[in-house]
Amino acid sequence: MEQQKEILDKAKERLAQAGSKRRQKLSGEGKFAYWVIAPALVLVLGIIIFPLAVNFIYSLKNMELISAHRGEFVWFSNYIQVLSNQEFWAALGRTIYFTVVSLIIETVLGLLIALLLNERFFGVSFLRTIIILPWAIPEIVNGAMWRWIYNPEYGVLNAVLMKLHFISTYHSWLSDPLMAMNMVIIADAWKMIPLAVIFFLAALQMINKSSYEAAMVDGAGAFKRFFVLTMPYLKPTILVIIVMRTMEKFKAFGVFYSITRGGPADGTMVLTYTAFNKAFSNLQYSIAATYAYLIALVIVVLTVIYVKTLKNDGDLND
Amino acid sequence: MIDTVKKSKGLAVTQYISAIVVAFCTLAPFIWLFISSISYRKDLTTVPLAIIPKEVTYQRYLDIFINPNNDMAYTFKVAMSNSLIVVFFVTIISLVVGSLASYAFARLKFIFKNQLMYLILFTYMLPPVVIVIPLYLYLNSLQLLDTKTSLILLYLSMAIPFVIWVMQSYFGSIAKSFEDSAAIDGCNRLQTLWYIFLPIARPGIIATGILSFLVAWDEFFYAVIFTSTLNAKTISVAIAEFSGKNTIDYGMIATGGILASLPALLITFIFQKYIVQGMTAGGVKE
Repeated sequence: MEQQKEILDKAKERLAQAGSKRRQKLSGEGKFAYWVIAPALVLVLGIIIFPLAVNFIYSLKNMELISAHRGEFVWFSNYIQVLSNQEFWAALGRTIYFTVVSLIIETVLGLLIALLLNERFFGVSFLRTIIILPWAIPEIVNGAMWRWIYNPEYGVLNAVLMKLHFISTYHSWLSDPLMAMNMVIIADAWKMIPLAVIFFLAALQMINKSSYEAAMVDGAGAFKRFFVLTMPYLKPTILVIIVMRTMEKFKAFGVFYSITRGGPADGTMVLTYTAFNKAFSNLQYSIAATYAYLIALVIVVLTVIYVKTLKNDGDLND
Repeated sequence: MIDTVKKSKGLAVTQYISAIVVAFCTLAPFIWLFISSISYRKDLTTVPLAIIPKEVTYQRYLDIFINPNNDMAYTFKVAMSNSLIVVFFVTIISLVVGSLASYAFARLKFIFKNQLMYLILFTYMLPPVVIVIPLYLYLNSLQLLDTKTSLILLYLSMAIPFVIWVMQSYFGSIAKSFEDSAAIDGCNRLQTLWYIFLPIARPGIIATGILSFLVAWDEFFYAVIFTSTLNAKTISVAIAEFSGKNTIDYGMIATGGILASLPALLITFIFQKYIVQGMTAGGVKE
């Protein structure tokens, strides 16, 4: 330590001597920095920022392929048309349902499984190794797999539930709108719970074990220990998971595409899927562009709310 | 002290039961996918279903690798190689371009640095649906739809902001003194990056590279919109296409699914430690 410090001090001295020379080079530093970030910047500006601006213009225009007035500005009438249509609000409602139920399942089960994996018992290291497996499976493979499991005739879910006498006739899991949505939520949760487990496990391993032992000696029960000692540690992790996952849920697309394609009776038509459908099935580019901007707006509003909550939370802790 | 931490019998039993339930729920769906891939079609389409098949076949795996006459198997083979090519280039290019940029963001002074960092973070969080329509129309007029090149570029626009965001926190955590001593030894900036930063940040680079690989491998939204034929179709698009049809041999979809999962599963198992590190570095950091 001492030696390192000496070397550092010497280096600092020499740097100070070279300081004047360095300051002259500062503009060179800026130039070098721009050379280095240029490839990333060009790509990001070209592929994301430019289309983002163009998409906004599309949402203010009439882009219908069949219309005689194609390309004319209609200003906010696309927005009025979308917002006054029941279809948008229904899709928003489904997206919120999907998001809230998924997040509750992922957070609660993720936390419970992490608490289990944080204990020491025979086989726990095996469990810790396999728990991440579902997360690595591609979204579409996951969707196709669950679609196969839910199959009304040959699906393994019906076969197993029948054998266990939980059901008396085969169910058609994806033919009722609400049931189909819940089945998609299960499929999505299966893939995504591991992510929550990993985050919770990382947080749990930072908790000081000795305070637990002290609490045990003081006679605090398991529930009290959990709520008084564990929960405060986990609160930031829970917030991070909720922020990250909400944005992901609003973008969810593949799991719907591969299991229900928005059906039955539009029961799983969430916002992103509706926008996709409007653009690439109905070729209603301007309406789809409007949907897309409204989705982005919802995400921005949610992010602002979250950041404020996180900040307030930080202030309270200080 | 040790006595107090000892578990009661009831707790231990609860623990084991929950452990078995968790292990079953984690593994069963994927095991069923594997069983489906090696079952004969007649066994998969009997009611009631025979969950454990009496006889198995590996013919579908062989078909995918060597039989060009089976339509579905051939599609999977080509789509798989498309995916591998696209993801390989995305991982390598995003690491190089992203690391260079993140070095500048972590260490150099330049104008608009903070604004640009916010811009990068913003693009990282932006949902792709907001930009696909103009991108589609442009690529269409340039006749670049359905090419691997445009898919690589699109994925890079996703992966690079992610790499910059994670790597700049790794680079930022490297002590300033290393850099100063390198400067004294006469290293220029590129040499400092190459000889000092890259070796120290190696775990971070590996973690970031793996995560970009996995994200690109998993991507579907761009792939389904921007590819349509075997020229560029990815394995996810091929699987989604076939699984939407009802009269198809589901065993073959299961086989494609197993093969599509293998690269991601292997990498996840081998580099588990790095992945957890990378995810918590990118996510928990505010």
